[in-house]
Amino acid sequence: MPTVRFTTPQGDVKEIGASDGENLMKIAVQNGLPGIEGECGGEMNCATCHVYITEPWKSRMRSASVDENDLLEFDDKVCADSRLGCQVKVTAALDGMDVAIP
Amino acid sequence: MAVYYDTLIVGTGHAGTQLAVSLHNGGYTGTVGLVGSETELPYERPPLSKGYMSGEQDDDEILIRSQSFWDESGIDLRLGEEVTEVDAGSSTTTTRGGEHIGFGTLVWAAGGTARRIPVPGSNLRGVRSLRTIADARLLRHSANSVRRLAVIGGGYIGLEAAAKFTELGVQVTVVEALPRLLARVTGQEISDYIAQLHENHGVRIILNSGVEEITGSKGHVTGVRLASGEHVPADLVLVGIGLIPSCRTLQEAGAAVDNGIVTDAFCHSTLPNIYAIGDCANTPSKYAQTGRVRLESVQNATDQAKTVAAAILGDARPYTAPPWFWSHQYDTKIQTAGLQTGHETTIIRGNPAESRFSVIYLKENEVLAVDAVNMMRDYVQGRNLVERGARIDANLAKDPDVPLKDTVVNTAHSAVIPA
Repeated sequence: MPTVRFTTPQGDVKEIGASDGENLMKIAVQNGLPGIEGECGGEMNCATCHVYITEPWKSRMRSASVDENDLLEFDDKVCADSRLGCQVKVTAALDGMDVAIP
Repeated sequence: MAVYYDTLIVGTGHAGTQLAVSLHNGGYTGTVGLVGSETELPYERPPLSKGYMSGEQDDDEILIRSQSFWDESGIDLRLGEEVTEVDAGSSTTTTRGGEHIGFGTLVWAAGGTARRIPVPGSNLRGVRSLRTIADARLLRHSANSVRRLAVIGGGYIGLEAAAKFTELGVQVTVVEALPRLLARVTGQEISDYIAQLHENHGVRIILNSGVEEITGSKGHVTGVRLASGEHVPADLVLVGIGLIPSCRTLQEAGAAVDNGIVTDAFCHSTLPNIYAIGDCANTPSKYAQTGRVRLESVQNATDQAKTVAAAILGDARPYTAPPWFWSHQYDTKIQTAGLQTGHETTIIRGNPAESRFSVIYLKENEVLAVDAVNMMRDYVQGRNLVERGARIDANLAKDPDVPLKDTVVNTAHSAVIPA
C-alpha cells in the first residue's frame, strides 16, 4: 500500500496509506484533509482539489494535460508545481510522495 | 425526553451531506442530526446516469464520505427516516415513524422526486425513473437483458442514460415533447449538436412528440404510443421529465413556496431558524435575469450548503457563487457556466462539426453563460467572465483563437461604484 505525505495549508504533515490507483483528491477527501473539496467528483470542472507536487515526484508522473492546466489557470495560488489532485493516481512508484495543499 | 439537535438537516443528498461535512470541518460544537429517507450512505448523484449505471463505478467509489467518517464525525446520520411534519413554532419535526425530533436550526435539503408521467401504463413493470441509487441499480441490472429502451424526455439525465445504454448495445429511442432537446437548459446550437451526436451513435430522436400511452402486455411494458399514433417498441422505458421539488412539508408548516422554498440570499426560508438549500430551494441570484432561481445541480447544492454552514458558524455571507454544470455523453463533455435564459445573442466559437466548440450567451454583450463542448479553456475563462459580469467585444470573440479573457471590455460586478 503506497503512502502519501500530505502537508496541510496549516503546515501539518499527515502520512496516509492509499490504495494503488486511488487519486489524491479521493484520498484527501476521505481522510478529511482541509483545503481539498473535490466538488465535481473528479470530473475536471471545479479545481477544488488543487495541490502542489515538487521534485523528485513531479517527474515520476505524467504531466498535466492541457485541460488540467486550463482549469488551474484561474486559481489564485497556481504555480509551476500545481496539479489537480483528481488527476494524479497514486502508484507504487509514487510511494512516499510529498503533496502540499495550498 | 424528545431527541434534539442544535442543527437538524433533512436530506442526505449533496446539499445536506455537504452541510454536515462543512459544519464538522468548521469546528461546529453543536449537535448535528442528518436525516434522510434513503437507506444508503450519502452518495454522489452525477455518476448514477453515467459510470455507476453502466457498472464502471461501484458503490464505494461514489460515496461522498466513507462509513468511517460517519462513525467518527459525531454527526448523527439517521438513514431511512422521513420527516413528514414540521412545527416551526415549537421547533419540532415529526418523522413518518411518529418520532419527534427537536431542533435549534432546521435545514431543509430534501431535494425532490422524479416527476411521473400522467399517461396510461405508467405503472407497468419496466417503466423506470432515475433519481436515486436504487433507481440506478435497477437500470444497471436490466441493461444486460434489455434490447430496446425508450427514453421519455430529452433532458440531461435521459440523454446521459441514452448514451450509456447505446454503448452497452441497446437500441435507444428518445422522445421529446418540445421542438428540441435540452430546451429548458441550453440554446438551439447545443440542442442541435446533441441531437446529431446521438443520431451519429444510432439513437433515434423524436422531437415535438407527446406520449399518449405506455403500452404493456402481462403487466410489462412493450412500448410507447406517441401522439402521432406511432408505436415505439421498448422493453424498458425511462421517464426523465424533470423533478418535483420536495417542498410540501415546509409549505404546510407555513414557509413561502414559489417554484421551490423561497429563501433570502443567505438561503434562509421565510420561517424562523429554518433554511432551505439545494434542488428544493428558490434563491436570489444575480446570474438569473429574473433575479431568482431554483437550480438542480451539484454546484448549487454544495455552495448553498457552504453558505448555510458559514451562517451557522457565525460568519454569514450571501450566496453568490456562479452556477456551473457538466454532462458526459459518449466521448463528449459539455460544460456550462452561468444561466443562458434571457440571452439576446449567441456567439459560436470553433466548429460544431469538429466536436470542439463553445456557445457564448450574451445580453447587451454581457456574458450570461457559456456552453463548452470538449473545450475546457472556454468553460474556465467563460465561468470567470460570468462571475465578473463581463461585457466582451463580440466581434473579437468570434475568433476562437482569441482567448475569451482577452475579449473583455469591462466588468459589471467588480466595477468601482462612486461614493
